[in-house]
Amino acid sequence: MQSWNYQKDISGCGLSGLINKDGTRVGGEVIVRSIATQHDRGNGLGGGFAAYGIYPDFADHYALHIMCDDRASLAAAESFLKEAVYIAHQERIPIRLNPKITNVPILNRYFVKPRAEMEGTTFDKGLSEDDFMVQVVMKINMDIQGAFVFSSGKNMGAFKGVGYPEDIADFYRLEDYSGYIWTAHNRFPTNTPGWWGGAHPFTILDWSIVHNGEISSYGINKRYLEMFGYHCTLLTDTEVVAYLLDLLIRKHGLAVDVACLALAPPFWKEIDRMDEDRRKLCKAIRMVYGSALLNGPFAILFAYNGGLVGLNDRIKLRPLVAATKGETVYMASEESAIREICPDPERVWAPKAGDPVIAHLNPGIG
Amino acid sequence: MLYYDQNKNYRDFEVLRDENKCIQCQVCVRQCSYEVHTYDEKHDEVTADQTKCVGCHRCEAFCPTDALKIRKNQSEFRDNALWTPQYLKNIYKQADTGGVLLTGMGNSYPYPVYWDKMLLDASQVTNPSIDPLREPMELRTYLGAKPDAVEVHGGNGHPRLDTSFAPQIPIEYPILFSAMSYGSINLNIHVGLARAAEEMGTLYNTGEGGLHPTLYQYGKNTIVQCASGRFGVHTDYLNAGVAVEIKIGQGAKPGIGGHLPGEKIGPEISLTRMIPEGTDALSPAPHHDIYSIEDLRQLIYALKEATDYKKLVFVKIAAVHNSAAIASGMVRAGADVISLDGFRGGTGAAPTMIRDNVGVPIELALASVDERLRQEGIRNRASLVVAGGIRCSADVVKAIALGADAVYIATAALIAVGCTVCQRCYTGKCPWGIATNDPYLAKRINPEIAHEKLANLIRGWGHEIQEMLGGMGLNALESLRGNREKLRGVGLNETELNILGIKHAGA
Repeated sequence: MQSWNYQKDISGCGLSGLINKDGTRVGGEVIVRSIATQHDRGNGLGGGFAAYGIYPDFADHYALHIMCDDRASLAAAESFLKEAVYIAHQERIPIRLNPKITNVPILNRYFVKPRAEMEGTTFDKGLSEDDFMVQVVMKINMDIQGAFVFSSGKNMGAFKGVGYPEDIADFYRLEDYSGYIWTAHNRFPTNTPGWWGGAHPFTILDWSIVHNGEISSYGINKRYLEMFGYHCTLLTDTEVVAYLLDLLIRKHGLAVDVACLALAPPFWKEIDRMDEDRRKLCKAIRMVYGSALLNGPFAILFAYNGGLVGLNDRIKLRPLVAATKGETVYMASEESAIREICPDPERVWAPKAGDPVIAHLNPGIG
Repeated sequence: MLYYDQNKNYRDFEVLRDENKCIQCQVCVRQCSYEVHTYDEKHDEVTADQTKCVGCHRCEAFCPTDALKIRKNQSEFRDNALWTPQYLKNIYKQADTGGVLLTGMGNSYPYPVYWDKMLLDASQVTNPSIDPLREPMELRTYLGAKPDAVEVHGGNGHPRLDTSFAPQIPIEYPILFSAMSYGSINLNIHVGLARAAEEMGTLYNTGEGGLHPTLYQYGKNTIVQCASGRFGVHTDYLNAGVAVEIKIGQGAKPGIGGHLPGEKIGPEISLTRMIPEGTDALSPAPHHDIYSIEDLRQLIYALKEATDYKKLVFVKIAAVHNSAAIASGMVRAGADVISLDGFRGGTGAAPTMIRDNVGVPIELALASVDERLRQEGIRNRASLVVAGGIRCSADVVKAIALGADAVYIATAALIAVGCTVCQRCYTGKCPWGIATNDPYLAKRINPEIAHEKLANLIRGWGHEIQEMLGGMGLNALESLRGNREKLRGVGLNETELNILGIKHAGA
């Protein structure tokens, strides 16, 4: 594939997410009610969810969710996996047939750990476990025709497909899972190939992204990531967000708030007025991570095992509302989606452009 | 041998004087430094020796009664697609003199102009375009080597920066004034360039002729050049600006040196270049201390030592076939900024054959250099400034989308102060007072007016760049840099599209 051969993912969307900071797990039916309230923000061509804390029995294994077009691609993916990783458990992802959900791919999940002896063969030497798994995911997505890893974190999973989110949730039986973080996405693509992999969330390791918007800076974000060995394979711009977070936070060791500064930095005029420490930091971030700046209209929710973050573009061209009640933080495109599942929030606010809303699990939890 | 200048009547231009309008005021006589116009007192008549006309249009521009028109000589040879008049005239000329054909400015041949074969994107419906009159629209750029990552301590709450940076130069517009030496142009232009750079928050480049003592005050906006002749290079000079540019080559004449004739080395230029009055200033083709990439590294670090690691080191090369690999070597040798000069870059003097036949279009060289540096994971270790035929703000936007951090302009800057691209800079008689150090001609440039016009040019282009950025839904220049998704080719073949890294329009 030529590096420039990409079909722009143009989509308007609805988002919803919640986190219980005390680690309390809730069933999938809660977030489904919230996203279903925003039914009209999608057009039935994509819905998806990410859930954290759902696989306590395999919490120290990477949970790979793989979709395959046919038996041949499944066989190819499995034979590669058997070589690269130890598989502790594998199964079909449980589904419930739904007349509105069609063209269903083969959906399997594998709970795995890297095979250390594979280093230096198909894989680079001296990799951390996480880096090794990133290479496993990249190789399947790039090299095995018809097979796609759409979730690869520990104790978390993404569930997505073509359809309205409430139908996708029914299809995946999300009421059978309980998690302490949930995010949901309702997609309104304008030129989708109708491909399941194109739905949100996008994930790499335990990063999951749901995104409403269009990344006008995609062309350079993608080329920047390629310098660090990330290959954008899912033909949409949202996956760059997942990879950028992985690069900034996991590889470069930046704190979440600093990573948000890179994705949606303050304007130079604001930076010029900051106190010296802050000015130095923001200036450095913009100089070094200019190619990581996400430009264009967006509201994103990104989640990881330790928390949930909401972020808007620098001039807030897409909606994002946040609310809190007790130990729970809610974020959604519309306030109605929050009030559907939390009628009496303690605080509701519209985060400012570029200001992240960061909700971590409480210390000692998770 | 009977000498007969066959070329004489095969002149390039005709001077048309409307006798009904001409009032014999003799403005043209005084303005034309090539002595085309003469006043015949006896008949109270101004006449023209058209054979001397270079087509600079100075007389036409200044004729108070609009009596003058300069047009191409209408006399025609029999049509021949191969033996065009230009080749015939050149051969007559060389048969007479046995010399090398000389010219000025950049490549004039109709090679493809790739800027004109690329179109920009704009937002519709799914993402809003941004109005630069209502929203911030950022053009600021920092030139210099950037680390791969930053280190921060303090984490959530009060993060503080731990990484220390190599020196960086902020520029408020991604447009710098390219190298033109004092000598090839005069001090009035240099003053105009320096003041315009200062006002607009950008940089000008001294070229290889040293820095006149009165210009040290503009140091914050100055790049000093260190070329193969090392004219005017001393410690104070190297430390006078914010960067030192090692000039390896020039787009107009890759592979060859320079020659400023002794007649042009007057007292001021002698002082600035540090050579005796009246001696030829010869810049050798190579630097005689750089015969390989490791020698370049030595010079880069010698200059960094001499400037206490406070100045950036630019390395300028002409765009040639192997630019990508050369640029990669330059970054690894320690260059902070790569200046890449395409084959349309201008010059004060170059052999015509070299100017018109050597080098590579900047669009292609830029695309391949940027891509190579990315493949090698070192694009952040140097900034990329490109030059050579940037005509308008759309060219700037396209260059940045291909991967440049900023562009250099020189021909456009000279046009802003009057140049008509007559390509006779090497004669030293520039009637516009630009490429000349004849005091009578040089005073035609008022430094303050030059400053104003040059600043206006940058200002105008800046507005246009902001409009184009906003139209694409971007509000910071760094989101355009290397963003080739914003470009589409028209009428380009597969190979060209692949080199440029862009898709064809409609795809």
